Amino acid sequence: MSKFTFPESIRSRPVYGMLEPRAGSAHLFIADAEGAEAIIEMATPAIMAKGHIIYIAKGTDYEAQLRALNPASFYAGPSYGAAEQRIHKTLADAKMGLQVYLTGTEGLIGQAQNAAMQAGVPHTAIQTEHRGSTARRMQCVHCKGITEDVETDPFICGHCGLNLFVRDHYSRRLAAYQGVCIDAEDPGNVPAPKGIYE
Amino acid sequence: MSGAEKIVVTVTDIVPLNDLVTRFEFKPTDGGLLPTFSGGAHTVVEMQDGDITRLNPYSLMSDPMDQTAYTISVRRDDEGRGGSLFMHRNVKVGDKMTISYPVNLFSLDLRAKKHLFLAGGIGITPFLAQIKQLERLGGNWELHYACRSESLGSYVDELTSHHPNETHVYYDDHDQKIDLMNLLDGQPLGTHVYVCGPKGMIDWVRQTAEAEGWPREAVHYEEFLAPQPGKPFEVKLAVSNKVIQVGENESLLEAIEREGVDAPYLCRGGACGQCETRVIDYTGNFIHRDHWLEDDEHASGEKIMPCVSRFEGKTLVLDR
Repeated sequence: MSKFTFPESIRSRPVYGMLEPRAGSAHLFIADAEGAEAIIEMATPAIMAKGHIIYIAKGTDYEAQLRALNPASFYAGPSYGAAEQRIHKTLADAKMGLQVYLTGTEGLIGQAQNAAMQAGVPHTAIQTEHRGSTARRMQCVHCKGITEDVETDPFICGHCGLNLFVRDHYSRRLAAYQGVCIDAEDPGNVPAPKGIYE
Repeated sequence: MSGAEKIVVTVTDIVPLNDLVTRFEFKPTDGGLLPTFSGGAHTVVEMQDGDITRLNPYSLMSDPMDQTAYTISVRRDDEGRGGSLFMHRNVKVGDKMTISYPVNLFSLDLRAKKHLFLAGGIGITPFLAQIKQLERLGGNWELHYACRSESLGSYVDELTSHHPNETHVYYDDHDQKIDLMNLLDGQPLGTHVYVCGPKGMIDWVRQTAEAEGWPREAVHYEEFLAPQPGKPFEVKLAVSNKVIQVGENESLLEAIEREGVDAPYLCRGGACGQCETRVIDYTGNFIHRDHWLEDDEHASGEKIMPCVSRFEGKTLVLDR
């Protein structure tokens, strides 16, 4: 089961919907891992005739099923970083009427949403659906370094080594949640890490 | 007092442009500077027409950074309630008038990669200020302007001589029409479309853009509705404990103001939402004409926009 119901939280925390086909001149899908399932569930031949999929497998095995949808173009890359040039080029060449569908992990959705926003798509017009891992993309508020795929709270910043508390405060500009030092006043007094939603 | 803050101005120039449209220039009577504004803003002009105070919104068309004067263009509406006729017939250079601070309900979205302007007739005025603003910012824009005929094409000469590459003019009497589908198709991602003109044109653009997959956030429109005359009706104002009569040729908002009850407003054209009023009780039918309330709110009988909407029936009680 690739779906997870996130607990209610503050307004800053992104909420995700379910992808649905919309009228448009072209359809751009950017997905990672189990996000493939959301595409497979909503795809129609008409959408895929004008559909372009940019996919990052992250070790999953959906590529053949996505190719079988027969999209107008298909790209599979090893990481978001590797796909990023292609995403920016695709958006830069795109015309109004393009529909943007993002699905998979929060890190993928956030970064692709940011790319689409910079290309001029209003963020409220971008469809998103969360699937798969609930790991987060975190920014350390102290050193500003980004740590990808954070699954525990607290966690250790991959850049400066501080013990960081996982907050629900989110930045669309950075496509990251905020991580704040948890033991600043009493260094070393760090609670045992547990899953973010445990 | 409701509405935006007021400015006392002197009429410093009146220029008839063609059979229907006249331009008015206002400068502050105290010799000071006017506030800057943003393209698309309007001002509400107060007209003292005998016993009647008319308050009509007009788009500011001057350079938004020019603090020395504001200009508006008024199209004469012989069938209207008289505000535009008052401006054309009664206002003279040197007159003192009161106008409101600029209010913008039709601003540019500066995140847009390109601004596509669609104007019909006098709907050109907000774009004149927006174009001046974008020229200052180095913005990417294009104008498609439909007019009835060459002689009624206000500012066509100015636009085509200053911006020959950006301006596209269509004359109805030459059977020229904006090829909307073709125009929307292929616009670069991040284009926003803005339309100001008659209701039919606005509906046409909104519906076509939606069908072509344009996000609602990228489609902007402005239509000032003038209140339409209608059958007189009686209203009870519950908070002020008054029963008032709304005459054939005045709006509900004007009737409330005439009775000395302070009611909020900004645009007086059914667009801004400021005058939204709760209905306490009614027996009869609403004639909703605003762009503000959603269809289900219109159907609910719980709210009315007194600047443009009316009522026909036995009782109407408002929370005012």
